[in-house]
Amino acid sequence: MKDETIGIQGLAFHEPLLFEQGSQGRRGCSLPENDVPEVKPERLLPKKLLRHDIPGFPELSEVEVVRHFTRLSQWNYGVDLGFYPLGSCTMKYSPKINEEVWKLPGFSRAHPYQPESLAQGALELMFELEQYLAEVSGMDRVTLQPAAGAHGELLGMMLIRAYLESKGSPRKRVLVPDSAHGTNPASAAICGYQCVQIKSGPRGYVEPQAVAEAMDEDVAAIMLTNPNTLGLFEEQIAEIAKIVHGKGGQVYCDGANLNAIIGISRPGDTGIDVLHFNLHKTFSVPHGGGGPGAGPVGLKAHLAPFMPVPVVEKKGKRFVLNYNLPSSVGKVRAFYGHFAALVRAYAYIRSLGPSGLRRVAEVSVINANYLMSQLKSHYHLPYDKFCKHECVFSDARQIPYDVHTLDIAKRLMDYGFHPPTIYFPLIVRGALMIEPTETESRETLDQFIAAMKRIAEEAERDPELVRSAPHKTKVSRLDEVKAARQPNLRWRGKAPGQGGSSAG
Amino acid sequence: MQYIPNTEADCRAMLDVIGVRSSEELFADIPSKLRLKRGLNLAPPLSEAGLWKHMRALASKNADVDQYSSFLGAGAYNHFLPAAVSHLVFRAEFYTAYTPYQPEISQGTLQAIYEYQTLTCQLTGMEVGNASMYDGSSALAEALLMAHRINGRQEVVMPLAVHPEYRMVCQTYVGKLGLRLHDVPYTDRGTTDLKEVKAALSDRTCCVVVQSPNFFGALEMLDEIAEAAHGAGALLVVVVAEPVSFGIVKSPGECGADIVVGEGQSFGNHLNFGGPYLGFFATKEAYIRSMPGRLVGQTEDKAGRTGYVLTLSTREQHIRREKATSNICTNVGLCALAATVHLALLGRSGLRELALLNLRKTAYAKAAISKLRGYEVRFSGPTFNEFVVRSKKRTPAQVNRALLAKKIIGGLELGRFYPDLSDCLLICVTEQNSREEIDALCKAMGGGR
Repeated sequence: MKDETIGIQGLAFHEPLLFEQGSQGRRGCSLPENDVPEVKPERLLPKKLLRHDIPGFPELSEVEVVRHFTRLSQWNYGVDLGFYPLGSCTMKYSPKINEEVWKLPGFSRAHPYQPESLAQGALELMFELEQYLAEVSGMDRVTLQPAAGAHGELLGMMLIRAYLESKGSPRKRVLVPDSAHGTNPASAAICGYQCVQIKSGPRGYVEPQAVAEAMDEDVAAIMLTNPNTLGLFEEQIAEIAKIVHGKGGQVYCDGANLNAIIGISRPGDTGIDVLHFNLHKTFSVPHGGGGPGAGPVGLKAHLAPFMPVPVVEKKGKRFVLNYNLPSSVGKVRAFYGHFAALVRAYAYIRSLGPSGLRRVAEVSVINANYLMSQLKSHYHLPYDKFCKHECVFSDARQIPYDVHTLDIAKRLMDYGFHPPTIYFPLIVRGALMIEPTETESRETLDQFIAAMKRIAEEAERDPELVRSAPHKTKVSRLDEVKAARQPNLRWRGKAPGQGGSSAG
Repeated sequence: MQYIPNTEADCRAMLDVIGVRSSEELFADIPSKLRLKRGLNLAPPLSEAGLWKHMRALASKNADVDQYSSFLGAGAYNHFLPAAVSHLVFRAEFYTAYTPYQPEISQGTLQAIYEYQTLTCQLTGMEVGNASMYDGSSALAEALLMAHRINGRQEVVMPLAVHPEYRMVCQTYVGKLGLRLHDVPYTDRGTTDLKEVKAALSDRTCCVVVQSPNFFGALEMLDEIAEAAHGAGALLVVVVAEPVSFGIVKSPGECGADIVVGEGQSFGNHLNFGGPYLGFFATKEAYIRSMPGRLVGQTEDKAGRTGYVLTLSTREQHIRREKATSNICTNVGLCALAATVHLALLGRSGLRELALLNLRKTAYAKAAISKLRGYEVRFSGPTFNEFVVRSKKRTPAQVNRALLAKKIIGGLELGRFYPDLSDCLLICVTEQNSREEIDALCKAMGGGR
């Protein structure tokens, strides 16, 4: 027996691919009975369009499938297992009730094209959620259509482009600070804009002076993140907005970090024209191993004519979908958005109410500052001032021992924690970006602080221990160079008992 | 209800450690004029019990496809989901994780995506598939951007038989980069007019798009369109909104497609009033580096053990920024996992049988409706699980109103997208519709035999 087929320790199983197990003729589910005539497919479809088999496709019983994915799940780390301080991702706890309510048949089993009269509850929820998000952000309107944050950015830039076109010219350039998420410049580029990078000032803020120098009548917009990716509130945001508006430009805000200011400051009151929300960050929609999230976009009234269709409106007591927006940019996805995510965000807002949402901001900021105050004795803190939802350290003090951010991140796994976001923002060399969120207890933070301090000590005493981490995970560090140089992106083997190779 | 473990006393103690008197001091950097000086104007908080009651009341204002018999499809399909799908997908280790940036503690997600990529290739007949896009429509738009990156050409041949909302999303996405969509009509077979495709082709053509089964449920002759497209040096982009068809219909890869995208909702995902769904995306190996989206690759760890990582990320926005192949970051990982579980349960024989069930039931319904007085099947081409019915006497709205009175949600009224088909309905039949339901539909449509 090859070593790979034995569990690594006790109950941590090795598990082959779906395609490498089972046997011919097995199946994991039943289908409704055929109650219509058994017409041969050749009589219903032209022969040249018929497919007879998919060689290599799995053949497994239900219990095999259940064990397979249960075993796989055990190799994962999630918020329900422990602390997940992935900066800028707001990995907060997702309330269980939300996972029940979206599954109600009236939500999960409703067809997007069913008559409006039979979808009044869904439309009401969307209508109300738009109002809630507008109130929270200080924006005039909100579209719920975008599927994720980056999708919202793209739509936001489209709105700006359409607005500027209506004023005569879409303009050419977009200003993006060097601390921005990579999605910002990528979204602007798909919208046909050239990106101009704005260097952050020495204190970690976008400086009005730098914006004024880059700003002219060819600049369509600036894309800011506030609080920014260093966890700092852009103190001069109103001044910057004034400069951009003065030249006829628009101000876009990446709302990824809204968690820190909810109920305390509203982007719409600071000069922002367009903002996207990440419902999977601030509003507790679970992250799903990489989505689905949702990225609604808030906008000021002057951009409302360009909103994607349809918009939900209230006519008397009825809720309707209005497709009649002659200046609309169109659509960024079919139907209306990630509705099941919207249900969760709605439920979250109704659970917390105004005082609960404000408390989210307060405690997330207390938690982040507590971590920061406790870790700066052991780690380099490039911008030493009170932070908002997250703090950014670097590996500068560990580099003399040849221990780097990646090593610290991997060693954290041995202590039972998900690592912070690493090497971002790009303006901090070897960044460790830590966002605790409000849903962590002081004891958890203390355990994390203790682990981080021990790693700092290990870096001095036994750097190889840190450099070779993680030691307790299912696999050790993986060869990413090999993965990229010789891409193996799919299984191509032989299925058990099928005798053929998979169809190419 | 709040989800904050720290009490006032905990916070007090933490503030002492930080060295401030109150949390206010931590917000002192926000200028006073930018502060909200009042409470948010939102509904007061609800208890969990109160929330349940409220949400049930809201949900009950919607019909669901279990209360009614539904014949709606058009890009969102009512298929049966085995119980195991939800049980596995909603294991907290899967759904409370994020994008697998740290592979050592994300092998579950990563191996599942590798399996999903393999299934995507097997279904589409392509060489490489990505980890998912948002939905079918945005996947198609990204396919056009990719085709443009590959050959730099500006014109897209876009048949009217492609889902109207997909076409609208494409227009919204690609217009900014100067790409032009060239409409192509359909014939009385309900399929794209090949002559018109050929007439539209030139050395400016970037790609030809074909949906199959198309919006009218009809199967396109992909090989003929592929030949025409390739003859002009253009790429063939095939979009599939109903992937159950893969179980019985020849794969686009076998017919010459260069990029295959589509909507994967039918596998593992509820109707959800339109989302979240699942965009799948596959292409040829030669085009990998132009491909959008995340990719998982197999590799080894330091001890030589097999493992999986996110790879080829130099295409992506977090590395390439404005030069990235797409701005996509968060996709729909959990929807892809649901599809993977559902496909694993169906398996080789189950998928074929499911496709066959859909095909037969639809054929039964089509034959029955074609015999009704006052109705005719509008197009003559072969279809999978949808077809277009023309109502000769009553308007489609009148027909649907009559059906609703019998607890039947009828077909999509096509006039909303096609003025020339304003007397037509798009009827979808899946394994969820029993023969009894189909007979009831015919009876309620009236007209007698």
